[in-house]
Amino acid sequence: MTTRNLRAKGALAALALGLMSTTALAGDVRIMWYSDGVEGEVIQDLLNRFMEANPGINVILDNVAYKVVQEQLPIQLEAGEGPDIARVTNLKLLASHWLDLTPHLADPEYFNTNFGAYADWMREDGSSAINGFMTQLTLTGGFANQTLFEQAGVEMPGEGATWDDWVNAAAAVQASQGTAAAFAIDRSGHRISGPNVSYGANYIGADGKPAPVDAGTKEFAQKLVQWVADGKMLKDTWVAASGSTYRAAADDFVNAQIPFYYSGSWQIAQLSSKIGDAFDWVATGSPCGTAGCSGLAGGAGLVAVKYTQNAAEVAKVMEFLAQEDVVREFSERTLFLPAHKGVVEKGGLVWQTEDKNVGPALDVFIAASTQIAPNAASLPSWTWATVYYGALANRISQAMAGEMSLDDAFARIDTDVAEAVAAAGGN
Amino acid sequence: MPRVSEIAGAVVTAPLAWAAQAIDPALRFWQRLTGQGGMAAFFLLPNMTVFGLFVILPLIFNFAYSMTSGTALFLADREFVGLAQFQRLLDCSDFTDPATCQEDQFLIAVRNTALFVVLQVTLLIVTATITALILNRELRGRSFWRAVFFFPVLLSPVVVGLIWRWILQRDGLLNAGMAGVGLEPINWLIERNWAFAAAIGVTIWAHLGFYTLILLAGLQAIPKDLYEAAEMDGTRPGRVFWRITLPLLMPNLLVVIVLALIRAVQVFDEAFVLTGGGPGTATLFLTQYIYEVGFASLLKNPGLAAAASILMGGVLVVLTLLQLAIGKRNEKRAKLK
Amino acid sequence: MSRVTAFLTRRRGGPGSILGWHWTDIVTFGWLAAGLIVMFGPALWLILSSFKTPAQLVEFPPSFLPFEARTAVVEGFDEPLPLYVVTDEQGPRTLAEVRRVGTVAQMVDPANPAEVQRVDIADRVPDRQFGLALENYTEPFVHFDFLLYLRNSVFVTLVATAITLLTNSMAAFALSKYQFRGRNAVMLTVLATLMIPLSVILVPLYSIISAVGLFNSLWGVILPTVATPTGIFLLRQYMLTIPDELLEAARMDHASEWQIYWRIVLPLTAPALAVLAIFSVVWRWNDFLWPLVVLSRREVYTLQVGLNTYAGELNVQWQYILSMTVVTMIPVVIVFIFLQRFITTGIAGTGLK
Repeated sequence: MTTRNLRAKGALAALALGLMSTTALAGDVRIMWYSDGVEGEVIQDLLNRFMEANPGINVILDNVAYKVVQEQLPIQLEAGEGPDIARVTNLKLLASHWLDLTPHLADPEYFNTNFGAYADWMREDGSSAINGFMTQLTLTGGFANQTLFEQAGVEMPGEGATWDDWVNAAAAVQASQGTAAAFAIDRSGHRISGPNVSYGANYIGADGKPAPVDAGTKEFAQKLVQWVADGKMLKDTWVAASGSTYRAAADDFVNAQIPFYYSGSWQIAQLSSKIGDAFDWVATGSPCGTAGCSGLAGGAGLVAVKYTQNAAEVAKVMEFLAQEDVVREFSERTLFLPAHKGVVEKGGLVWQTEDKNVGPALDVFIAASTQIAPNAASLPSWTWATVYYGALANRISQAMAGEMSLDDAFARIDTDVAEAVAAAGGN
Repeated sequence: MPRVSEIAGAVVTAPLAWAAQAIDPALRFWQRLTGQGGMAAFFLLPNMTVFGLFVILPLIFNFAYSMTSGTALFLADREFVGLAQFQRLLDCSDFTDPATCQEDQFLIAVRNTALFVVLQVTLLIVTATITALILNRELRGRSFWRAVFFFPVLLSPVVVGLIWRWILQRDGLLNAGMAGVGLEPINWLIERNWAFAAAIGVTIWAHLGFYTLILLAGLQAIPKDLYEAAEMDGTRPGRVFWRITLPLLMPNLLVVIVLALIRAVQVFDEAFVLTGGGPGTATLFLTQYIYEVGFASLLKNPGLAAAASILMGGVLVVLTLLQLAIGKRNEKRAKLK
Repeated sequence: MSRVTAFLTRRRGGPGSILGWHWTDIVTFGWLAAGLIVMFGPALWLILSSFKTPAQLVEFPPSFLPFEARTAVVEGFDEPLPLYVVTDEQGPRTLAEVRRVGTVAQMVDPANPAEVQRVDIADRVPDRQFGLALENYTEPFVHFDFLLYLRNSVFVTLVATAITLLTNSMAAFALSKYQFRGRNAVMLTVLATLMIPLSVILVPLYSIISAVGLFNSLWGVILPTVATPTGIFLLRQYMLTIPDELLEAARMDHASEWQIYWRIVLPLTAPALAVLAIFSVVWRWNDFLWPLVVLSRREVYTLQVGLNTYAGELNVQWQYILSMTVVTMIPVVIVFIFLQRFITTGIAGTGLK
């Protein structure tokens, strides 16, 4: 590929006249960053401080849409281009493009100690490289509109409540208050994986390749389809798109159209700002299935790209951003759960918010992280996870839309995943 | 107004005129050397280079892609598999039932697109013709009305999709209005048939002005004395339309139909933002299928996407040639009369 | 007023009409009225919505006009309190809310702040007045390099339009005034390129752009888009109506082909060029997918790409997307108003036959 590129470059050099391309100066570090809320501002603030302390290094933050990181970044990386650092969620899938920072870091052990637990989420199987660190940890879990429950006079299910308990309680609220539905889940295979595991599902086959859809997944999928048919689950979220397109139901929850919403901890900042004072809301953890009450962990990681020209400077930036006090400040301002072991153990995070619902909600998620089942814990570091999620979302939503029976959907999921594995087989 | 544009025009064209003068001697030389054919080649060169490099070359690559498999993005790293991708796309035991296909969503996309093309183009042409006829009348403030119908053409497809999604969604403006007058709200974008109708309606809304103007220009080229004669004879408007207007408008109409057909087969931007292919796969169209499979999905397969795009291109070529053939035949018939 | 009435009630009359209204008049009137609502209505909705706060954007039923909550400064409280209209057994009144606990709101009458009333939240409705959330427009300018993106968009649009006009008219000239072998082949190639949407050649095009080194460059955005098939057809049709005798006369006067093109044909094609200019401006200004693919460096973003940064994975900031969409719409509308009189003359002159 490199020789081909060189040849092409040589042949078409004439057309390169008058280009307005920006050339990277030595000492420039480009970060590709996406934001859900205020992270962009916070990180820019932190980087400004870094640049003051390190005058020779110019850090440029490129704020892009999430779609760019999902779709454009992989292509750039394949071409040997791309930023120096990127904030990515599909970490494992692109693992071959990340830089091993170990030779450039002043203190690699710091990273291993504090971020080592999640290092497998971003590095290739069997490697011990340090590619970066998680900017936050997220956990899937539920939110409930406490005010609606109160108005309906329905008691919220407590510890150890099952999915059926929650949906039935929410349905009672729906009937009493006339909301659009009882609950909603984001349209994402990732989101339903926690519940699937709670019913005993295991995606990973004995050989590390994807296993066929098993009883746990089937059971929860059947419930979902039934709930859509009953009008308990908000149809719009899953049915209103095709393929593996992501759709969130956050706005419906904010609008008090659904009493129960299963999403994840990253929503807290957004919910806080959009709901404001309109109603009281709580985090509920993940409802239980027959095999546990598990959510799915995840998050975005900040990783160094292999094709950077400024590895030493990149390492400096990473080290700064991974410092304990910087991580602490980042988490407190963005209302994200930190992934830094030291910060988590010390505790005492002072969330920068006036909303009294935020602190308790985050505490619930922190507590819920102890409930993650082993089958779910192994998913973020599994290469085929995103393929499985995509197939689940695609086919189950077709079943919900009434286009195919669930059995057909399960068969299709298996063939979709098998084809994807076969296609990538040689690489 | 004229003075400003005159000055502006002069300022802009002066350096251009100088540049043009400067190149002239060199081009005269070329002309003497190669004659008219050479000059034609010179005039065509810039455009064809861009076409060649940025459209034809990728298309050729696309052919190459369609015969490979694997997840690598660049050709050199992919595996050659001959026509396997095409076979996979067309592997159906029963072409009327997508469930029997290996690539069920491809067949669904094809059927959706076919239905969309037939319905949307017909409605679009009829609406555009009626609008053009109306705008052709002696209206006061004609340029205002022209602007009214042309306005949506100025909007980007993403904006168009967004606006209409807001109006049509379950808690959107339309349902609020309906609830206000006591009607039951309908979940427009979740009911299969309504979502499909919405895709048709929104794309017509976005492109109507463009085709209306082309037809309007054609109508204005029809000599007025033909209409005056018809009026003096007391001919009814219906007959005037079928006997005078339509035949003379036919060439413009043909151009409009060809363009509308090509655009309809390629429908993507507005519909994707509006419905995302949903509900289920009710509004999944070919271009979205290609885009997802090749680019956006979590289970990417660029080779398959390339094969699908070549099939789509093939259909377009056939359709266009058919159109042109029919057009030529009509022209011949008209000349014989 | 009478002119307006005359305008609104002008009709055809003649035989077959009832009370002076011919059926074609009724259809015309209805069609135009419907057109006004259906075509302009949604745009009006967009503009009004761009002035709403994020919370108001997601509420249902949606209000047509943007509102902001009325507040009152009440003695004894530091911050202004939001006002609500309360309707319960005690009759309708306006109260300020101190705090809400569960389903009960503690409210006070601003005139009588000492007495706290407990009101069920179901009985109260926010007291709102028309108000524009202007921060939707100012915030992005502060946090967002609007002027930089504007400069890039303007550069791309102007340069692309200029190159488009030049190259398309040259090609149209060759295809309309010259007979040469392979002319039909060229015509068919041009037609064929019309049938290839960008989303289909995205990945191969990306490799080519990358190989040529135009990645992350504004030229990489401009160059692939300048050779428009629609433009060539439009201009060619127009040029076909220019009499060949003009060219022959010029040739006899020893004018070079280039001079014929530059001095005679191009000025005569002005109306069609104006039309193409409008289309080109609209297309390039609204181009989204291709710039998104080619540009990943902030310094070279165009407006449409920059706008997209407000769409995070899990949170789309609609209020900024809307306001910036309205802002990006304005230049196109201005160009259109300015040049629109050329449109029908331009397309009419093509005598598409």
